[in-house]
Amino acid sequence: MTTVERPSVGAAQVGRSAPRRDAAEKLRGRAQFAGDLVVPRMLHGKVLRSPVAHARIASLDTSAAERMPGVVCVLTSADLADIDPYWGHAIRDRPVVAIDKVRFSGEPVAAVAAEDEGTAVAALDAIRVEYEELPVVGTIEDALTPDAPIVNDGPLRPGLFHGLGELKPAEGNVCYRYRIDRGELEAVFAHADLVVEGEYAFPAVYQYAMETHTVVAQVEGDEITLWSSCQHPFLVRAEIAALFQVPLSSVRLVVPYLGGGFGSKSYTKMEPITVALARKAGRPVRIQNRVAESMVTTRRHGMRCRMRTAMTRDGRLLGRDVECWFDTGAYADNGPRVTATGGDAAPGPYRWEAYRVDAACVYTNTAPSGSYRAFGATHLQWIGELQVDELARRAGLDPLDVRRLSLCTPGEELRAGGKPLDADLVGDVEQVAEAVGWGTPKEQNVGRGLSVGLLAAGAHPVSSAIVRMEADGQVVVLVGTTEVGQGARTVFAQIAAEELGVEAERVTVRGADTRFTPYDRSTGASRSTTLAGLAVQRAAANVREQLVEISGTEELDPDAYPKLFQRHFGLAGGELIGRGEVAPQGSGSYAEGPVFWEVCVGAAEVEIEPETGRVHVRKTATVADVGKAINPQLVERQDEGGTLQGLGNALFEELIYEDGQLLNQTLLDYRVPTFEDLPDEMTCVIVENGDGPGPYGAKGCGEGSLAAVTAAVATAVADAGVPMTELPLTPERVWRRIQELKEEGTWPR
Amino acid sequence: MNLEVTVNGRPVVREIDPQELLLDLLRDGLGLTGAKRSCDVQVCGACTVLVNGRPVSACCFLAGDAHGCEVVTIEGLAERPEFERLEAAMTRHAGLQCGFCTPGMVLTVAALLETGELTSVAEIRRSLAGNLCRCTGYRCILDAVCELAGVAP
Repeated sequence: MTTVERPSVGAAQVGRSAPRRDAAEKLRGRAQFAGDLVVPRMLHGKVLRSPVAHARIASLDTSAAERMPGVVCVLTSADLADIDPYWGHAIRDRPVVAIDKVRFSGEPVAAVAAEDEGTAVAALDAIRVEYEELPVVGTIEDALTPDAPIVNDGPLRPGLFHGLGELKPAEGNVCYRYRIDRGELEAVFAHADLVVEGEYAFPAVYQYAMETHTVVAQVEGDEITLWSSCQHPFLVRAEIAALFQVPLSSVRLVVPYLGGGFGSKSYTKMEPITVALARKAGRPVRIQNRVAESMVTTRRHGMRCRMRTAMTRDGRLLGRDVECWFDTGAYADNGPRVTATGGDAAPGPYRWEAYRVDAACVYTNTAPSGSYRAFGATHLQWIGELQVDELARRAGLDPLDVRRLSLCTPGEELRAGGKPLDADLVGDVEQVAEAVGWGTPKEQNVGRGLSVGLLAAGAHPVSSAIVRMEADGQVVVLVGTTEVGQGARTVFAQIAAEELGVEAERVTVRGADTRFTPYDRSTGASRSTTLAGLAVQRAAANVREQLVEISGTEELDPDAYPKLFQRHFGLAGGELIGRGEVAPQGSGSYAEGPVFWEVCVGAAEVEIEPETGRVHVRKTATVADVGKAINPQLVERQDEGGTLQGLGNALFEELIYEDGQLLNQTLLDYRVPTFEDLPDEMTCVIVENGDGPGPYGAKGCGEGSLAAVTAAVATAVADAGVPMTELPLTPERVWRRIQELKEEGTWPR
Repeated sequence: MNLEVTVNGRPVVREIDPQELLLDLLRDGLGLTGAKRSCDVQVCGACTVLVNGRPVSACCFLAGDAHGCEVVTIEGLAERPEFERLEAAMTRHAGLQCGFCTPGMVLTVAALLETGELTSVAEIRRSLAGNLCRCTGYRCILDAVCELAGVAP
C-alpha cells in the first residue's frame, strides 16, 4: 500500500514523538480541572439520591433543609414545571430529578445548594422522603419475563442525537433492537460439519475516570454558562439549550482538562441538574460527584449472549447466530448505540455465508449504562473468538490458520451498504501471534490466545477548526476537541506545524469553549485525530495558502513570517485566519458508516495457577493499525492504557448488583489494575499502511486494544484448558471451572 | 483548634475544625489544587502529599494531625532543583496522560527516590501500587522511575 502524499514543508513534525504539550502543567500540578475552578459567589451543590431501586415517592418534605443556615435552596421536581424536564440524547427518558417515581438506587431525588459543602451534606439528611417500594427489575432475566414490571412506562421519545433511524415503540422493557440477517442461516447450520454454541455473560463495569463528574453552572437571565468535565461540549450545549428552552448561542460550555473519560463523560450527565439548581439559587453552583455517585451516573452495560458458530471440517467459517441483551439500566443513556455497535461487532470480521444478529437494549432498575471505551466490541469479541478457537480445536487446526483462511481482506464488504474493510487483519494478527511466541513450545498450565475484531469508529463526521497565525509567527489552533489525556492538543500542534513548516512547539492548542472554538461533534469513538485532525490540517493548509499568496512564493521561510506580516499589514500586527471543515460525504448516518473500522487485534500468554484459579498474564501484544502514526509514542501509550483496562475487564472488574443495589461502591471492593498487574511483557505493534481517512492517511486508535486484550486473555485461558463463559475471570470462577473439568475428566487437558 | 504547619516551606497558622481533612485545607483553604480528590478511601493516591517527607493520602489525613509538621505538595516539590530531573524523565517517557494522578504519583516517586528504597523493578511496582493511573497502563511510568532510580527496566 502507498503512503498518502503530504506537503513537503519544513522538517517533519508528523511522525515524530513530540513531547506532550501539557506535560509541564500536569507534572507541576498547575493543570486545571473542573473541580479546581472557583467562580465568584459559587455555591456547593449536593444531590439527594434514592436509597431504593424502584419506588413511588409518597412524600417529599424539604422544609427543614431549607431553613438551615447556609442553605440557599433545595431543588425538587416542583421547580421544573416551566420546562419539559426530561433529557437523554438517544431517548428522552430521564427526568432532571425524579418525578413521582424512582427507578434506580442512586437516582437524584432532590439537590441542595449551600454556602459550603458540609452544610449541603447536612441539609441532605434533613430532607424527608417516603418511598412506597415497587417490585424491582434487577436483572436482564427479570426484565424479559412476560409479566415483568415495566421500568419506563411512557412512550419512547427520541432525543436530539438518536442517530439510529426511526425509534420503534418499546416491547416491554426492551427500548431498542438492532437486527442483521444475511444469507440462509438455517441451511448453513444444517449442513455444517462443526457447530459450537453457548451462553455467555459479561459484567457491568465502572469506567473509573479518576476525576469524578464535576460541573459548575451559572445562569444569568437566558445566558447559561457551564464549566464541565464533559467529553462532548457541543452535544451537551444542544441538550441544555433544548431542555431550558434557550438558543444554542446562549449556552456556553467551557471544558478544562479532563481527568480521564473513557466514555464516562460522553454526552450529558450531571449538567441538567446543576443548571436547574443554579437557576433556582440565582448563583453559580458546583456539583462534584464522589466516586460512589459517579458509579451510579454511568457504567458499562452488563450483557447476556447466546451464540453459535459453524465451520467446515477443513477450517472455513460458515455462519454465526447471535442473540444478545444489553442491560442499559433505568434510562437509555447511550444504550441504543452500544447495542448497535455490539451488533456490528458480534459476527466478527470473517467471510460468512450467513449470519444473524438480534441485539436488544433492556431497561432494568439499576444505574444507567452508557459508553465505555470499545463498547460493543469488548462485549462480544471474546465470545466470538472463543468459539472460533473451540472450532479449531475440534477440527485439529491451528487457530491462526483458521483466521488466515476466513478473515476478510481489505476492500471486502462487512455490512450491507456500509464501509468495506480498510485494514490488513491477517497481517495484523500474524504480528501479534509472533510477539507472544505463537507456535513455540509452552509449559503446563500456560495458554496463548489470539483475538481479532473490529469496532465501528468515528461517530458522526462533523468537525471544524480555526488556525490563527499571529504577527510573531506563533500559531494558535481553535478546535472543540477536549483534552482527556489522549494527547489531542499535542497531535493537533504537530499537524498544524507540519502544514506551516514550523516546530510543533510554536503551536498552541486551546481548550474547548463553545463560545470561541468551532464545532466538533464529540471527543470519543477514536475520532479526534482522524476527523478534528483533518479539520486542523485543512485550516492550517488554508493559512499556508494565504502565506504563499502574500509572499508570492511557494518557498516559505518560517523564520521570516514576522517580516512578511510587517510587509503585508504595514505594522507588527494583523493575523492570518485559516478555516478547516469536515462534513459527511453522504448523510453521515450510522448505516453509511463507519468513518473507519478500528482494528481490535491482540494476543496474550497466560499462566494459570490451578490450586487458586489465579490467572497470571505473562505477555500481551496489540496492534495499533493507525494508517499513519502522527505521534508514535502517544499511539503506544493509547494501546498500553487500553491493555491494562482490558486486563481489568477480563480478570477482575465487575459492578455487583443484588436486587437493584450496588454492593461494591468503593475502590476498596471495586478493584482496578495497579502497577502489580502490569504484564511481564507488553508489546504494541504500530502498523502504518496509510489507509485511514484522516490527515496523512491516519485513522484512530486507543479503543481496539481494550477489546482485543479482554478477548485474548479469555482465549489464552481457554487454551490453557479452562474455557470460561462468564467474565471477569476471577480466581474463584476459574478454580470452580477447573473443579467441574476435573469431574468431567477433562482437566488437565 | 489552632493549627501551625509549614506548607511548602511557608508557615501557615489558622483556626480549623478538628474534623477538617488535610486535602480540604490544602485545596479549599490554601488554593493548592495540585492534590486531587478521587477515591476518598486511600486506594488511588491522587491526593498524595508529603508530611515530614513521607507520602500520605490527604483525603484520609486530618489537617490537625499535621500540626507542627512540614507538608510538601506538588506545587512545592516543583520549586525544588531536583524536580527537573523527575520532570524530564516523566516527559521523555510520556508517563502521564490526563494528569489527574500525576501530582500524587510524582510526590510518591520523589519520596521513594529520597529514601533509596527503589532497588528493583519488583520493588518499584510494589511501592507504587498505591498510586492508581487509569490512562497510561503504567509501563511508561515504570520506565521513567527505573531510569531515575538507576534500575534496569
